[in-house]
Amino acid sequence: MASHRVIGKAHRKIDAVAKVTGVTKFADDLSFPRMLYCKLLRSTEPHAKIIRIDTSAAERLDGVIAVLTGKDLPIPFGILPVSQDEHALCLDKVRFVGDPVAAVAATSEEKATAALDLIKVEYEPLRAIASAEDALAHPEPRIHDYGDSGNLHKLVDLEFGDVEEGFAEADLVREDLFFFEGNTHLPMEQHAAAAVWSPDGKLALWSSTQTPHYVHRALAKVLELPPARIRVIATPNGGGFGGKSDPFNHEIAVAKLAMVTGRPVKVTLTREEVFYCHRGRHPTLMWVKTGVKKDGAITGMHFRSLLDGGGYGSYGVASTYYTGALQTVTYQVPRYKFQGARAFTNKPPCGPKRGHGTPQPRFGLEVHIDKIAEQLKLDPAELRLKTLVPPNSLTANYLRIGSMGLGACINKVVEGSDWKKKFRKLPEGRGVGLACSSYISGAGLPIYWNNMPHSGVQLRCDRGGGVTVFCGSTEIGQGSDSVLAYVVAEVLGVDPFEIAVVTADTDLTPVDLGSYSSRVTLMTGNAAIQAAERAREILALHASKKLDVPGGRLVFASGRVFDAQDPERGMAFAEAVQLAEAAEGTLGTVGSYTPPRSAGKYRGAGVGPSPAYSYSACVAEVDVDPATGIVRVPTIWIAHDVGRCINAAAVIGQVEGSIYMGLGEALMEEMAYRGDLKVVHKIPSLLEYKSPTTLEMCDVVTYLIEDPDPNGPFGAKEVGQGPLLPVMPAVANAVYDAVGVRVDEVPITPEKVLKALRAKAKGEEPRVGPKAFPEIPWPEPTRVPLPGATKEGVGVSPG
Amino acid sequence: MVTIELEVNGERTEVAFAPHKTLLEVLREDLNLTGTKHGCELGECGTCTVLLDETPVLSCLLLGLACDGHRVKTVEGMAKAGRLHPLQETFADLGAAQCGYCTPAFLLAAEALLAANAKPTRDEIKDALAGNLCRCTGYIKIYEAVELAAARMRGEKAEPTRESLYGQS
Repeated sequence: MASHRVIGKAHRKIDAVAKVTGVTKFADDLSFPRMLYCKLLRSTEPHAKIIRIDTSAAERLDGVIAVLTGKDLPIPFGILPVSQDEHALCLDKVRFVGDPVAAVAATSEEKATAALDLIKVEYEPLRAIASAEDALAHPEPRIHDYGDSGNLHKLVDLEFGDVEEGFAEADLVREDLFFFEGNTHLPMEQHAAAAVWSPDGKLALWSSTQTPHYVHRALAKVLELPPARIRVIATPNGGGFGGKSDPFNHEIAVAKLAMVTGRPVKVTLTREEVFYCHRGRHPTLMWVKTGVKKDGAITGMHFRSLLDGGGYGSYGVASTYYTGALQTVTYQVPRYKFQGARAFTNKPPCGPKRGHGTPQPRFGLEVHIDKIAEQLKLDPAELRLKTLVPPNSLTANYLRIGSMGLGACINKVVEGSDWKKKFRKLPEGRGVGLACSSYISGAGLPIYWNNMPHSGVQLRCDRGGGVTVFCGSTEIGQGSDSVLAYVVAEVLGVDPFEIAVVTADTDLTPVDLGSYSSRVTLMTGNAAIQAAERAREILALHASKKLDVPGGRLVFASGRVFDAQDPERGMAFAEAVQLAEAAEGTLGTVGSYTPPRSAGKYRGAGVGPSPAYSYSACVAEVDVDPATGIVRVPTIWIAHDVGRCINAAAVIGQVEGSIYMGLGEALMEEMAYRGDLKVVHKIPSLLEYKSPTTLEMCDVVTYLIEDPDPNGPFGAKEVGQGPLLPVMPAVANAVYDAVGVRVDEVPITPEKVLKALRAKAKGEEPRVGPKAFPEIPWPEPTRVPLPGATKEGVGVSPG
Repeated sequence: MVTIELEVNGERTEVAFAPHKTLLEVLREDLNLTGTKHGCELGECGTCTVLLDETPVLSCLLLGLACDGHRVKTVEGMAKAGRLHPLQETFADLGAAQCGYCTPAFLLAAEALLAANAKPTRDEIKDALAGNLCRCTGYIKIYEAVELAAARMRGEKAEPTRESLYGQS
């Protein structure tokens, strides 16, 4: 392994000083001369036809410059090409309480808010659909006029081999039911966007978005403008976690208002409105059936999920597939069947939150395995170690595994937590639980079908020795701007803090698809390496002539270019740039990255493949108070296989942040609605939506496992999402170890623990969780022959 | 419009604004000090924390009018003559600022803590920061940054531990 000067060390982020001095400009920090303020009128009905909207009184109000309704923006949009089901302002019906129906631009926020009160909307209420089960029971009235069946948006049925054959071979076949409540991202920054329209027909939009490229496409479509006349700039996001990954109605509304008024317009959502944007975790009901041999080897697995999607498609089709995609990448599953359904309901739309569609099944799977281990009288760590997916293998559903450090992760947390002395041995009320997980380092396919790179980088060398890196990637706090600087600094041997990074501006930067699916380090990192290596090649050519040293012997380090055999013989990096510039003209290079093609060829094979999979193992220790049901988590041990650290300190930060967010999901966070057909959000505030404060956060012991993956930049894999996944099941398994009750749903609230403890005291099943999985009109399955069979990877679909 | 005189980051300032405006709005909109952020404008998240006469306050709940004659300190006032405050240094070095949105508030709450208690325990730090939400860091790097800055402000030569930057070996 080559020794690195920058990669793998702990660094400041390149934007750290701007962040700690308050200099970073977030979207709401922007203001423009003559700027107007936008406010959105939101639906008070969960499901209704819009009969008429009267905006005349609002338009007459002093200070109101423009009012828009759905008819001003009739073209639909949506993040996925198959779900173009949103309108910037509702056209003819509303689909959840909070759906926007009108937009006002006024000279102050107060006047814009006052104008909202003057808009009269006449609704004809329709029966609301309050849950996924409700959607199954009531195919009418349909929330959308598209979808697989009634109010079922998407139905998936995939078979890889014959699971029944697997169950027949098994020594034990176990079935379990789980429920994962919805929860939301809760970034500290509320979404904001500002638009400027120029009379020469150009639009600029600054927005707290994770995906400026997709916002660019949505604006062009809905506003019917040539993309070349639209500039989208993603401002640094004050937290995203997936919640700012869709193109949003407020972004389009504010752009249209700028066009209509000819003045800059800004919108900043209230905290309540952020809850209505949502796109968070889908509430998911799950059923899993697994056959195992006595030693724990899995013979077959059948997994069903039912997702409550909320009012729009969003990423939901992908989310549905993701609830079935990654069950196979940790433990060997030789035969696998997945059935998934997503329902439309009259709630804020669900979408991708950290872990996108995979934390729910991972919770179910890891608790299910814990129960299987207990039945087989095996240690859950030992069982997992014996059934690990081998590195460089292909799973039953055609996911190509590269490096696989899960075994090392399990060993680390087992040792670090003193697992063997604690598991089933701690006093009543205290317990430990183990769980593992895996996550993708970027999706193998783009969101809209195309053959172009997923990430592009341009690199410019300045004759003063400065280097500027241009990339469409979006800084959301995870450190993506810094990754570009470290990677280029490593290749060119310069100081990362002397590299200028220009990102997330569609006028200036080549496309990167966005900060989602943990794709950025791997994809932009590889693109940046390619651009930097091309620059190094040019510089080496000219430096080698001048120094009379073969190019292959030149080292780029410490701001110099020199002979490896005689380090004195060299020149400053800037001088190498000057030589090259004199010979070749202005120096610039490009790099790009496209992931490997998926191995599967079946419909649905696009979700799950990734250039590399990260792995995590986690042990949680809990204290359960039998009197109150309160679960306290003093410590979590986590080991994460990140392939290779680019910046170790940033990796630790992502791990600790993931544990924190997972702890919130495990114990308290939930998107709850009043239990009636008004479907009103119970708690759209930061006070009532409980999230961990400093007083609930646990201690975290982190182990970084570096099992480099050949597809990663310097071997790096993802870290931003994977370490969240094992927390919820580890806590659930620890609660069982502590008090002998199973809470098969999250969040594990004191009420649920108490209910289970009472059941246990009465001699009933010591469990709280779902009792049945409803009948779903599954389609005929797509049968995919297992790897190694003829027609490998090609799905045989009915009809 | 009302006009008040207050001291902002050590400078006496007169500012005129509509009387219903909160200190948060006056700082951001009338004094252009956008380093102070908002997360809820209901006093729930602590993101708008500034120091009023050296005490942390939620600027979203305080009327600008009530600050007449008082001293206000915002994140813009922490670095002196182009040099970062020790807390800013350690927040930057340890990654205690990820997205950076809640950071100004944490810095000021921590500064007030260290002014009152030069050597706080981990529990005292947790208590002092319990009113501030952060969704990125899990708080741990923030505790470590406060402890490291406190040590340095006491004149000790302190460096981040290897575990905090690289994890357990």
